Amino acid sequence: MNITDFISKLEEEFEDLQPNSLSANDVLQEKFTWDSINALIFLAHVNVEYDVEITAEELIKSSTVQDLYDLVESKVQKKG
Amino acid sequence: MAIFQVPNISIAGISACVPEDEYNNNNYDWISEKERATLIKTIGVEKKRHAKKGTTTSDLCYVAANNLLEELKWNRSEIDLLIFVSQSRDYIIPATAGLLQEKLSLPKTCIAFDVSLGCSGYVYGLSVIGSMMATGAIKKGLLLTGDISTLNTSFKDKSAFPLFGDAGTATAVELDANSKAMMFNLQTDGSGYEAIIIPDGGIRNFANKETSFEYHKISEGIYRNRFNIALDGIKVFNFSLREVKPNVIKLLHEYKLATNDIDYFVFHQANKLMNETIRKQLKLDVEKVPYSLKEFGNTSSASIPLTIVTQLAEEVCNKELTFLLSGFGVGLSWGSVILHTNKIVCPPLFIYKS
Repeated sequence: MNITDFISKLEEEFEDLQPNSLSANDVLQEKFTWDSINALIFLAHVNVEYDVEITAEELIKSSTVQDLYDLVESKVQKKG
Repeated sequence: MAIFQVPNISIAGISACVPEDEYNNNNYDWISEKERATLIKTIGVEKKRHAKKGTTTSDLCYVAANNLLEELKWNRSEIDLLIFVSQSRDYIIPATAGLLQEKLSLPKTCIAFDVSLGCSGYVYGLSVIGSMMATGAIKKGLLLTGDISTLNTSFKDKSAFPLFGDAGTATAVELDANSKAMMFNLQTDGSGYEAIIIPDGGIRNFANKETSFEYHKISEGIYRNRFNIALDGIKVFNFSLREVKPNVIKLLHEYKLATNDIDYFVFHQANKLMNETIRKQLKLDVEKVPYSLKEFGNTSSASIPLTIVTQLAEEVCNKELTFLLSGFGVGLSWGSVILHTNKIVCPPLFIYKS
């Protein structure tokens, strides 16, 4: 997986986001409503797309797009 | 592993009943219009039914069962088993099943007891009634499932209030030497008991005048007291996405079946996002996975039969079908069953007027 791909999939997933509007260093809270519902949409998205599970605690620690990517990437690595 | 078959049992009929009062989530003004729109789209619940205070799950199940027995023209004296699956009983004691045995004019030779399960309750209930009847001594039985969840849900809890609806159902089960076996895979993980919980009012935390009734802010848009249902959304979500698919796959493999052998997959109606994610995990066609969420919300152990009654009545009445039913949630408890129906009785939804 790579971050460009990761970001374009996020832009597809969330209605609030326009194509090519997101970059790696963006703070999630500033770009769109990063609330509990969108968190669930994100969990569902990474489950189907990358087959990984992310906990609430892990999600709270992520503040930027890069953080989210690193989190998902590390889980994908662990799965081997 | 709890993977097993129950032979010689078939479903003769399924019915459901909901209260007349409808709640429209578009009127849920506890949250902003924008948040409301996202919420409705994500959970997939537009409308749901709310029971009036004083109406019980057993009242709804009674209407569903009484009408179903009329349609089936069953002799009530032959019904020797009644199982009530619910987490909203009439009284703390006694069990509700006895009240229903009397109200439905079932004989005193009838076994009647409650099973305390929610989302997984219909599948578990079928396994219990099927296993007891497979001994051959009991010819006819009734499985009554459902919940009134709206009464103990806090209006000021956006994570729970828009989700739940009330419903009661009845399934008539009979001994049938020609039937194909029901196949079950049932599981439990009690370590997740707090993921969906009403903390007070039981024996562990007995009702307390000072602490049980007081409302607490849990987070933005979520206020509740200790008699209200508390949902840990992310925990429940992760649990369902982790466990349902392997449970279904294992059951299919065990009996050498493929998803193509199944006409309909009826899942517990948890919420749209969760159910759609599970559907995609299992790579199932949209046409094979019916929903009643939009009009009735999450109705706990009633959700599977309610979906059959409201979405598949015509087919289930006129065709032979193979179903895979799967329930998952509170407990944490989950399970699936593969079963065949052969032109069963399935009357239109009944409306409870109080």
